[in-house]
Amino acid sequence: MRTVMFLCTILIVTILFIILYSIFKKGLPALSWEMISQVPKGGYYLGKEGGILNAIIGSLYLALGSTVLALVVSLPVALYLNTQLVRYGRLTEFVRFLMDLMWGVPSIVYGAFAFTIMIALGIRASLLAGIITVALFIIPIMLRSMDEILKTTPRGLLEASISLGSTYSEVSYRVYLKQCLPGIVTAVLLSFGRAIGDAAAILFTTGYTDHIPTSLSQPSATLPLSIFFQLSSPIPEVQNRAYASAVVLMVIILIISIVSRILANRFIKHQIKH
Amino acid sequence: MMIALILILILPFALAVGLSYKSGLLFREGGGLGMLFSSDWRPQEGHFGFMPFIVSSLWITVIAISLAGPVCVLSAINLTYYAHQYVSKVMQIVIDILAGIPSVVYGVWGILVLVPLVSHVLGPLFGHPGTGYSLLTGGLVLAVMIIPFILNILLELFRTVPPDLIDASLSVGATKWQTIKRVVLKKTMPGILSAISLGISRAFGETIAVLMVVGNVIKIPKSIFDPAYPLPALIANNYGEMLSIPRYDSALMFAALILFFIILIFNILARRIIRGSEKYI
Repeated sequence: MRTVMFLCTILIVTILFIILYSIFKKGLPALSWEMISQVPKGGYYLGKEGGILNAIIGSLYLALGSTVLALVVSLPVALYLNTQLVRYGRLTEFVRFLMDLMWGVPSIVYGAFAFTIMIALGIRASLLAGIITVALFIIPIMLRSMDEILKTTPRGLLEASISLGSTYSEVSYRVYLKQCLPGIVTAVLLSFGRAIGDAAAILFTTGYTDHIPTSLSQPSATLPLSIFFQLSSPIPEVQNRAYASAVVLMVIILIISIVSRILANRFIKHQIKH
Repeated sequence: MMIALILILILPFALAVGLSYKSGLLFREGGGLGMLFSSDWRPQEGHFGFMPFIVSSLWITVIAISLAGPVCVLSAINLTYYAHQYVSKVMQIVIDILAGIPSVVYGVWGILVLVPLVSHVLGPLFGHPGTGYSLLTGGLVLAVMIIPFILNILLELFRTVPPDLIDASLSVGATKWQTIKRVVLKKTMPGILSAISLGISRAFGETIAVLMVVGNVIKIPKSIFDPAYPLPALIANNYGEMLSIPRYDSALMFAALILFFIILIFNILARRIIRGSEKYI
């Protein structure tokens, strides 16, 4: 039985290496300076020249925008739940249940929902619509991981600050935020990774173009869709762009993973030990 | 703070109401619940049978869970009770990276590695040669995708088992394996079940990766080497082009609503299992 358990663990590691190996083996030869510094020429589906700069920039815009938007909504709620509302057990339970539920809703449902609303309001696929949709989709992810961290803050900290005369917002933003900064930074980076990697939510809402968007109302290319659309092309040069996009996306994800580890360790020294 | 909270609280209800409202059209113009069990899918003529999609989704989830579940439980036990601490730390990084890989990259991996594997090795082995775009391929990709998710919950779960219980069991002469089987697994069983039901709800909604490898043929699959067409793929493939037919639009919204409710049910189930077990232990 021990051997079987050991093999299962080895299997998981092996799968990761197979994934990394197959993606990099296909993608690295396709990756060149031209690939990451040019937009596709002659259409992303048929043109053989050019690269994936439009998708890289588009993805960064989209992920940054939606992470900021989600942060503006989730941070206050997470703090509110853990300071002022901490007395109302039932209410916080209910909010957490809703968040768990929203967390489980697949991104395609968010995408379809947002698309219907866009049709009803007469908005075309655009960067802004994509940012809002992805923000809706990552708010539960961000909120839930922030909440997990804030929950571990000792209750005495809240009581001590309040009894010294500080207001709830001072407690929230001066004490709790500082205490939980490493966890919150990790939560934000995690959500950024989810935002940049998701394809189903932006399939209808963000569209796809050959150009780098210059305003929020223009459609935008993104890395996941760049992979998804160009991989189905019969032309090998176009498929290469898809493989190159996969490598770029993987590198971004790996960087996020490493940075969040380093940051989490660095911010830990501001914490009050207990 | 208040406004942000209210905003977030409205969201799930808006989602449910919006989806039901849009799919209402399909029901007002005939059809009824019989659509769920019909396999007649001809949108142009107004026949919407959801059976092939529901069956495909169920099969793919069953395959993924039955592959990922045992692997996760066994390696979680290994990592918590047998492996060196260093190994557990490295595995945590491996899990984090696996969890972070975007689904579209899993899809590319599926096409590059799993499709040829199923087409050239597994298919002929069981006498079902084919293109490799099949239920099994989708299930395999999905299994790999939910492994980090379930494993993370399980590792956290096993960490909460009080060491006193294990020490007590060991001190009355049980071997380590007996202790794990009779004490640890028994105590964490509700947790394991709820982790798996969360995994199911995850697997049900996965779109892009599955869509890329599953073949997308509207037919009730007869074997795991047949192509299939799960619900999320239905929405993703057709959403852009069905606006001209209002009932088609409504049918796809209904598919989204089915997904939403399945997730709801499995989430509540997972909570119930945990809740129920707290009373007894």
